[in-house]
Amino acid sequence: MQKLINWVDERLPIVDAWNKHVGKYYAPKNFNMWYFFGSLAMLVLVNQLVTGIWLTMSYNPSAEGAFASVEYIMRDVEWGWLLRYLHSTGASAFFVVVYLHMFRGLMYGSYQKPRELIWIFGMLIYLVLMAEAFMGYLLPWGQMSYWGAQVIVNLFGAIPVIGEDLSLWIRGDYLISGITLNRFFALHVVALPIVLLGLVVLHILALHEVGSNNPDGIDIKKNKDENGIPKDGIPFHPYYTVHDLLGVAVFFFIFFIVVFYFPEMGGLFLEKPNFEPANSLKTPEHIAPVWYFTPFYAMLRAVTVDLFGLDAKFWGVVVMGAAIAILFVLPWLDKSPVRSIRYKGWMSKVALAIFVVSFIILGYLGIVPATEGRTIAAQILTVLYFLYFILMPFYTRMEKTKPVPERVTG
Amino acid sequence: MRKLIFGLFIAILPALGLAAGPSGPLDTMKPDHTNKESLQRGVALFTNYCMGCHSMEYARYKRVSDDLEIPAELYEENLIFTGAKIGELMQISMGKDMAAGWFGAPPPDLTLVTRVRGESWVYSYLRGFYKDDSRPLGVNNVVFDNVGMPHVMVEMQGLCAVEPRIGVGASVEPLSGNINNADVCPEYAIEGSMSAADFDRAMWDLTNFMSYMGDPVKVERERLGIFVLIFVAIFFIFAYLLNREYWKDVH
Repeated sequence: MQKLINWVDERLPIVDAWNKHVGKYYAPKNFNMWYFFGSLAMLVLVNQLVTGIWLTMSYNPSAEGAFASVEYIMRDVEWGWLLRYLHSTGASAFFVVVYLHMFRGLMYGSYQKPRELIWIFGMLIYLVLMAEAFMGYLLPWGQMSYWGAQVIVNLFGAIPVIGEDLSLWIRGDYLISGITLNRFFALHVVALPIVLLGLVVLHILALHEVGSNNPDGIDIKKNKDENGIPKDGIPFHPYYTVHDLLGVAVFFFIFFIVVFYFPEMGGLFLEKPNFEPANSLKTPEHIAPVWYFTPFYAMLRAVTVDLFGLDAKFWGVVVMGAAIAILFVLPWLDKSPVRSIRYKGWMSKVALAIFVVSFIILGYLGIVPATEGRTIAAQILTVLYFLYFILMPFYTRMEKTKPVPERVTG
Repeated sequence: MRKLIFGLFIAILPALGLAAGPSGPLDTMKPDHTNKESLQRGVALFTNYCMGCHSMEYARYKRVSDDLEIPAELYEENLIFTGAKIGELMQISMGKDMAAGWFGAPPPDLTLVTRVRGESWVYSYLRGFYKDDSRPLGVNNVVFDNVGMPHVMVEMQGLCAVEPRIGVGASVEPLSGNINNADVCPEYAIEGSMSAADFDRAMWDLTNFMSYMGDPVKVERERLGIFVLIFVAIFFIFAYLLNREYWKDVH
């Protein structure tokens, strides 16, 4: 075995790579439960890739055959139902873990210098993930697949001058059709997964270059022993590999409860109208995107005023785009001398709490049909969402921070 | 660990907002896919009363015959009217274009109807027909207003003269012991061959069968789930012990 390793290592630096990224990658020893979600995201990614490959073997990407082929997978393909539920539940689980992973970043200031690039690669992953999920949702070719795609693609039509042509170009047809289905399929199973994997590699390479943050937001590389090893660092393997196994077990327990007992999650993971084949002549009463898009969908609907001669819908799209875009510049908005919420002042804590609550309520408002009261609520919450970012340069500078300890705490 | 579960719980919190059902009151129907006798009666009803117009084209006869423990020969002789082989999909011979001409819209495929509308809706709908001379077929439905479907089960249920009381439910008067609303229909225009209780039971069986068709793997899935969860729980114990062993020397 050692001989084989040596033979390869002389031709490809596998020992170096192992040491740099796993065996001698020193991670802070004070990770808490919020640090499980990065590795869990990788786990879900693998689940999506593996189940996706097998689903592709029986799926038929045509307007005539797509819906029936999904039912064929559910009924006639051996273990097809399990593959499909693992994949559909996995899609939602992906967003659950990614949202929690991002929240961890917000809490502990993991986006701050020198980790700006890690944050940006992460945001790009989030963006590609949204595109991946959106296109994947068209593939079962149910009513909600169809009308959800129709609504979202039509959003591009709100852009002045080029809008109509742009949405026509995306669809490849005057309405969502088999042509759209085929191109979404190609993007969903080939193009976007490749981009996603590339970004994940960049995300991790950038992380391992500067090192992991921790709940105290302390730079552990400042405190090294005589061998140049951080005093508060422990090798990723075996300490965090065995530690992450715990997270994997808890995650799987919850994940499999959903897969085996609540695969539709009450219409949240698999929406009820999607058990009806797509019908371009019959618009569903209430079109709602899947839960992970609903905060942004609520923001889109919250904009109800025409401005500068442009449609409210256009400004809704702008607000929605800005809500995601503003996350990219987060590393430059936070002017706090400390990273972690543990040592920031009360203003940062309140701001983060308001932000999270706004995001969750917006998510709820995006699921339910709009009423006048709900629209007003969505407008207020949208403003609060943006204030978290816009006011950040001020409150992070104004507030009194607590002293950061030299070494990590428990 | 409690925090982790709590965190995941928070993340799926919006699910609770979706509990709202369709508008209008319905009689509740909770299916039981383990009740094979009920499912067998249900497939007989479906084949005889529904399959003239409604297909279940995503499912195969063979699967139904296997799952419901109906011998294949018996199934082929009594429950396949189209001359199809038992391994084929449960399609019907009525053309969609012709059907659209007769009823206004082609009768929908019913393989997944309980997953779109829910069992309670189907159960209420099946018992919701009443006499309405303003409609082309002489009947209407309290659950599905202006429905294009005739009341195919009229010889069993009879025809209700007024709107059936769906979603009210039966109640017992405490003093007299009289049962109110035991029958959803207070007054019949045509008497049926079945008592109200028998008809409700038959429609329960039919709905139960349709629910099974929407999710045929449910029983097997829920049985397997237990083993998977036990495995994960045991895996957790070993992962916990392994983790504790390694982390002993980290301070």
